Amino acid sequence: MKMRATLVATAAAALALAGCGGSSGTTGSTGQGGFKAPPMKAVTHLGPGEGQVNLISWPGYVEDGSSDKSVDWVHPFEKATGCMVKNHAAGTSDEMVNLMKTGQYDAVSASGDATLRLIAAGSVQPINTKLIPSYKDVFSGLKMKPWNSVNGVAYGVPHGRGANVLMYRTDLVKPAPTSWDVVWNKASPYKGKVTAYDSPIYIADAAVYLMAHRPDLKIKDPYALDDKQFNAAVALLKKQNADIGEYWSDALKQVQSFKSGDLAVGTSWQYNVNLAQSEKAPVDAVLPSEGSTGWSDTWMIAAHTKHLTCAYKWLNWIISPKVNAQVAEWFGEAPSDSKSCALTSDKNFCTTYHANDEAYFKKIWYWTTPIKQCLDGRTDVSCKTYADWTTAWQEIKG
Amino acid sequence: MSSAEGARPASFARRVSGTLYRRPGLRLGGLLTAPLGYLVVVYLGALGLLLMSAFWTTDEFSGNLVKSFTWANFHAVATTSVYRTVLIRSVGVAAAVTVICTAVAFPMAFFMAKVAPVRLRRGLVVAVLTPLWASYLVKAFAWRSMFSGDGVLDWALTPFGLSSPGFGLPATVVVLSYLWLPYMILPIYAGLERLPESMLEASADLGAKAGRTFRSVVLPLTIPAVVAGSIFTFSLSLGDYITVQIVGGKTQLIGNLIQTNVGAANNLPLAAALATLPIVIMVGYLLAVRRTGALDNL
Repeated sequence: MKMRATLVATAAAALALAGCGGSSGTTGSTGQGGFKAPPMKAVTHLGPGEGQVNLISWPGYVEDGSSDKSVDWVHPFEKATGCMVKNHAAGTSDEMVNLMKTGQYDAVSASGDATLRLIAAGSVQPINTKLIPSYKDVFSGLKMKPWNSVNGVAYGVPHGRGANVLMYRTDLVKPAPTSWDVVWNKASPYKGKVTAYDSPIYIADAAVYLMAHRPDLKIKDPYALDDKQFNAAVALLKKQNADIGEYWSDALKQVQSFKSGDLAVGTSWQYNVNLAQSEKAPVDAVLPSEGSTGWSDTWMIAAHTKHLTCAYKWLNWIISPKVNAQVAEWFGEAPSDSKSCALTSDKNFCTTYHANDEAYFKKIWYWTTPIKQCLDGRTDVSCKTYADWTTAWQEIKG
Repeated sequence: MSSAEGARPASFARRVSGTLYRRPGLRLGGLLTAPLGYLVVVYLGALGLLLMSAFWTTDEFSGNLVKSFTWANFHAVATTSVYRTVLIRSVGVAAAVTVICTAVAFPMAFFMAKVAPVRLRRGLVVAVLTPLWASYLVKAFAWRSMFSGDGVLDWALTPFGLSSPGFGLPATVVVLSYLWLPYMILPIYAGLERLPESMLEASADLGAKAGRTFRSVVLPLTIPAVVAGSIFTFSLSLGDYITVQIVGGKTQLIGNLIQTNVGAANNLPLAAALATLPIVIMVGYLLAVRRTGALDNL
């Protein structure tokens, strides 16, 4: 069902692109690494609600009680604002970027590897944070970051953040792993039962591993890879391909595979782990010693939305303390609203997920779009772009 | 006619119908403009647009289309080894599915057309068509749970010291063969039904055994029907990219590469260039098939 929907949306995107492509290249403000944002101004006031809002989100971010009766922050929103929510759950950042190009959606929960692409493509508009009362309570460590703002102009509100974790079957993987070794150099015992995330951005996970185990490559940032570093990461991934059972991008499918034992070990989200455990699958997860990749998500508003007021209301709703606490606990991530820590059902939740622990998040490499200008500040070499990453990803899968 | 009714003025509708009666060209044009226009604009137009975009490129960062002519996409398709590997794999899967479908469908169709009593035939045709009522995705996911490590297949094979082949290329071929089997059975059934019983009897009277009758009488007369079925199974398998995502494990086929390039890589031009590969293969296949007369059986 979802795949069919994706298919339709992609076809629509293709037609829309063919019809009105080539809108990039207009003069705009120049930001990080020669980055250009199309000229656009944030709105100064909002009209009455439009009665509807169409969202693209990560699975678990927009819950209306259909996954679990007690997990519902959509119906209260609809009741409070009169804006009916239609949600499309996307599996990868690339899917989100493409769906936003159709112009059929009003807001998106974009990760750091999508935000700049969305801004550059003119798919999203700057945000007037004064129109979002909850914004003032957001942790200052998350505000005005390179992935949610350009030159001091906010393009969205921080939703929450977390790390990609190593999920494993406790009955099949012994001893319990503490390192990413089990999916790279020591994966052979689990041949055919290893999984990896099906997106070019997963190349960064190989780079994180190489940062710890191949210091001679001098990787400083897994999203800033020159030729040599990139080739080493790709070689590692090609070697891993022999042990892979399935690449995953559909959270529910991954949970099912771990439940049935078709998969034993691999990268995952805390959300998948929680879901698998709630279905009594013998799984556990760990943040390995090498650190990990992760995400810091931002709710953004479509450039040409027809439901602007409802979109603003949704942004305010999703980062309001109570809802932000709910969504963070349901998904298994650190909330972005400082007041939500007092409202979680587990009082230690914010400590467990290091909500305001910047030192912890130093170990996490947030998803970022690789660009030609090396993100680690090197100017003597050029780095591989996301286009190079996607080409390599196809070759890795073979 | 006009002289008889000349007294009163002909109504508008009568005049229109009169004009159409006198002008067959206009009549035909009026009938066909809407469906033909739909075909050209929606079907061929979309295809043309797709192929045209194969000569464009995308902005590296924002992913927006840049409409300037380039051969770069076709060059990339021709020189990247992974595309060649995947194309060969896809053609192999399509061929294997076609062979399996033929092998399973022929005896079944023969039974339906020649052996089963007439009253049973209707029921069998309905039975063959019934799986088409269920959603493609439901069937594919059902096979996913069957191929799973704790699935039915594994349970059934364990007593023989075997285990489920798991997700991968073999599972993909099996599921595709299952999905497209009705499209092979029906044309062969239709072809066999047209085969006169008297020919089989004549062959037997002349002393031919079953094998000889099959080789010299049945097969030559039904080859066009088999080829017609193979067009369905081959083209459907060549274009499929969903089954392989569900039961194919880490395997990717040409459809997946096209999907990745549209979806993940957001490189519509490269996807369009890749999409020309199966189109070229299918056009070649159809041209070759035309000689067998199979297209008259569709």
